[in-house]
Amino acid sequence: MNSAGSLQRRQRMLNQKRLIVSHAPFWHNGSSITVRSYHTMLAAMPAVLFGIFTYGMPALGVMSLSVSFAIIWEFLINKITKRPVSVGDGNAALIGLLFGMLLPATSPWWLVITGTFVAMLIGKHIYGGIGGNPFNPVLIGLAILMVAWKDYFDFNQALVNYDLGFAMVYPLAAAKHLGTSGIDAFSTIDLLLGQQSGAIGTTFGLGLILGGIYLIIRGFIRWEISVSFLVGVGVTALLFNMSDPSRYVSPVFHLLTGYTLIGAFFLATEDSSSPVNFIPMLIYGAGAGVMTVLIRNIGSYVDGVVFAILLMNLINPLCDKIRPKALGKVV
Amino acid sequence: MIKRSFIGLTKPLLKYDALDVKTPAPLVIQPSKKVTLFLDKAFNFKDTILFKIGDSVKTGQKLSYSEDSDVYVISTVTGTISSITPFNADYGKTYTAITIDVSENEDIDDQFSTLAKEPTIDTLKDCLAFIPGNLPAGLFPSTDASPSIETIVISGVDRDLFVTTNQNTLRTDGEAIKQGVKILKKITGIDNIIIITPDYLMQDAGITGAEVRVINTEYPASLPHLIMRDVLGQVVPAGKNCEDMGVSFISAEAVASIGKAFSEGQIPLYKHFNLIKKDGISTLISARIGTPIHDILNAFDVTLNEKDRLIIGGPMTGLAVYSDDYPVQPDTDAIMVQDRENIPLVSDYPCINCGECIRICPANIPINLLVRFLEAGQYEEAADQYDLYSCIECGLCSFVCVAKMPVFHYIKLAKYELGRITTAEATNA
Repeated sequence: MNSAGSLQRRQRMLNQKRLIVSHAPFWHNGSSITVRSYHTMLAAMPAVLFGIFTYGMPALGVMSLSVSFAIIWEFLINKITKRPVSVGDGNAALIGLLFGMLLPATSPWWLVITGTFVAMLIGKHIYGGIGGNPFNPVLIGLAILMVAWKDYFDFNQALVNYDLGFAMVYPLAAAKHLGTSGIDAFSTIDLLLGQQSGAIGTTFGLGLILGGIYLIIRGFIRWEISVSFLVGVGVTALLFNMSDPSRYVSPVFHLLTGYTLIGAFFLATEDSSSPVNFIPMLIYGAGAGVMTVLIRNIGSYVDGVVFAILLMNLINPLCDKIRPKALGKVV
Repeated sequence: MIKRSFIGLTKPLLKYDALDVKTPAPLVIQPSKKVTLFLDKAFNFKDTILFKIGDSVKTGQKLSYSEDSDVYVISTVTGTISSITPFNADYGKTYTAITIDVSENEDIDDQFSTLAKEPTIDTLKDCLAFIPGNLPAGLFPSTDASPSIETIVISGVDRDLFVTTNQNTLRTDGEAIKQGVKILKKITGIDNIIIITPDYLMQDAGITGAEVRVINTEYPASLPHLIMRDVLGQVVPAGKNCEDMGVSFISAEAVASIGKAFSEGQIPLYKHFNLIKKDGISTLISARIGTPIHDILNAFDVTLNEKDRLIIGGPMTGLAVYSDDYPVQPDTDAIMVQDRENIPLVSDYPCINCGECIRICPANIPINLLVRFLEAGQYEEAADQYDLYSCIECGLCSFVCVAKMPVFHYIKLAKYELGRITTAEATNA
């Protein structure tokens, strides 16, 4: 009795326009991983350009090699693992850029290629790619290089042939070995304006701060992590400084040298390896800040940012368990 | 479409659309040649159905499915039944679709007018389940075990963006709501009736005789769970619904329909809703329940092309349908058309842990963790440890997702699958 009706309906369906049917919501705010990556790179540009300007062609070479090889490795890994090519999301380029920024301008080509390979493979892809990495891929790459070839990361030795018109001694090395007396040559303004030796993209404090503020305002990084990291570094350094001012340098010096600023705004804030809830973000940031100064002041490394952040990456999942109670949760 | 603001640090602000004094009265669509009514029961050839193809029906006539079931629809036109077919809707829901060819002369069924003189709860239950605005089933406890309703909350606000149906009813039909409130109080014996309103309609809400409570106009404040928390101060435990707490939600339009039905002795047939065109302009429309959507689109010169999207409901919580034959139903608050150029697509990227959803979720769900379990199909873990059932289904997580994951879709799917498992276990036990 109903066949006529259903036939009619079916015929009408066949003649009909096909519509897109999907689940709510039907709007999206337009954000994307690509936009996020590219704007993070944009924010890093002042520091990168300053580094290239300061150290010249070798710096440009290192940066280019780092970015291009990060992309190449990502592409090859995508192909080998038969996954969709994810180069277009800009994450590989971002990893390459940040990795290059942490290297001295004189790094040999094989160091850069090896480092980006480690960062992309061990840092990111063996965990399933973007979003799955428990550690910051950039820091995994760097940490392995720092342990394997530590001479290349001795900035005094690496930049020995440069004379740029300011004290070419690596500030953190001077502070570590000579205490407060060793850092007379550095004024706060000079440090902010990049009148210090160091890795390509880490010396221009002002540029990094501006980039960081840009990222915070645009909501591309979580301000809680950056701020608590800086507070962690500042407070710990202050305590050390108060206990023995001649041996331990001032907090401002700690904040403006080494990897501190790039760590605060670009490394500790890496999405996948950092917490997302408010209190965990504060614990994570502050913990990394405290560890940084501990390693610098009483550890054996000159700079502690790399290992401090990696260590806090490790406790991130545990930390993120501290979360607000969900609506209507019955416990 | 509302895009992310330049200053992404702040949460996106999604304001409910407000009526202004200049908003014109709803445009009335003339009755169609054919209407389709969905009867809330799976169609089975073996059942002895109380109506058949070729039957002539009058406007306002009650069409019951069978003797032993109390499911029915009210015919909104006069004409002949031309087909009776099963209709499969989302999440495995099945209806019986009754199509009626409309005749030229309208004949009004007088069964209700005699009953309307003395309003009783049975008349409400037996004749008005199909009124514009939808009568919530939870209002009538079906068994003695079901929780008794102690409070009725009338929504003078709309659940989704772009929708102004209830606000419009509140502004223009205050008297009918007042009647409806009076009748509801009398026949249900529930004295505690609250009306929720945006602040600018407070005066209109004041005359209805219900207790007025104001809520803010930022999405998703008007979802029932949030009204429960913010207005009534009761948090609905995860997995429970508002009826379990003794609160029944009813739309202002439904209350106005009840008021009108009893005072005029005639069941209201016209549903008000918003038509949201491709350019995002929203118009209030009034059409008979059962009117196919293509008739409405034709009346407003909206052309539907291949790969466009047709949505019943608003942009955040609506339901996309695959055919413009779909009719206006008692709970259709909006019809939205999206051009193929403006359809944001989802991706198969994993969660990148950016935390946008965490910041926006009104229910504090750890979505970044939840979604990983849902992707892997581990629904039980998701429910036990990651607060799946706390979700109030506002859709904001998908709206802000940087990886463009269909988070809301995953959540609904998980709830549906778990529901099926529970049902299967209950039947097999």
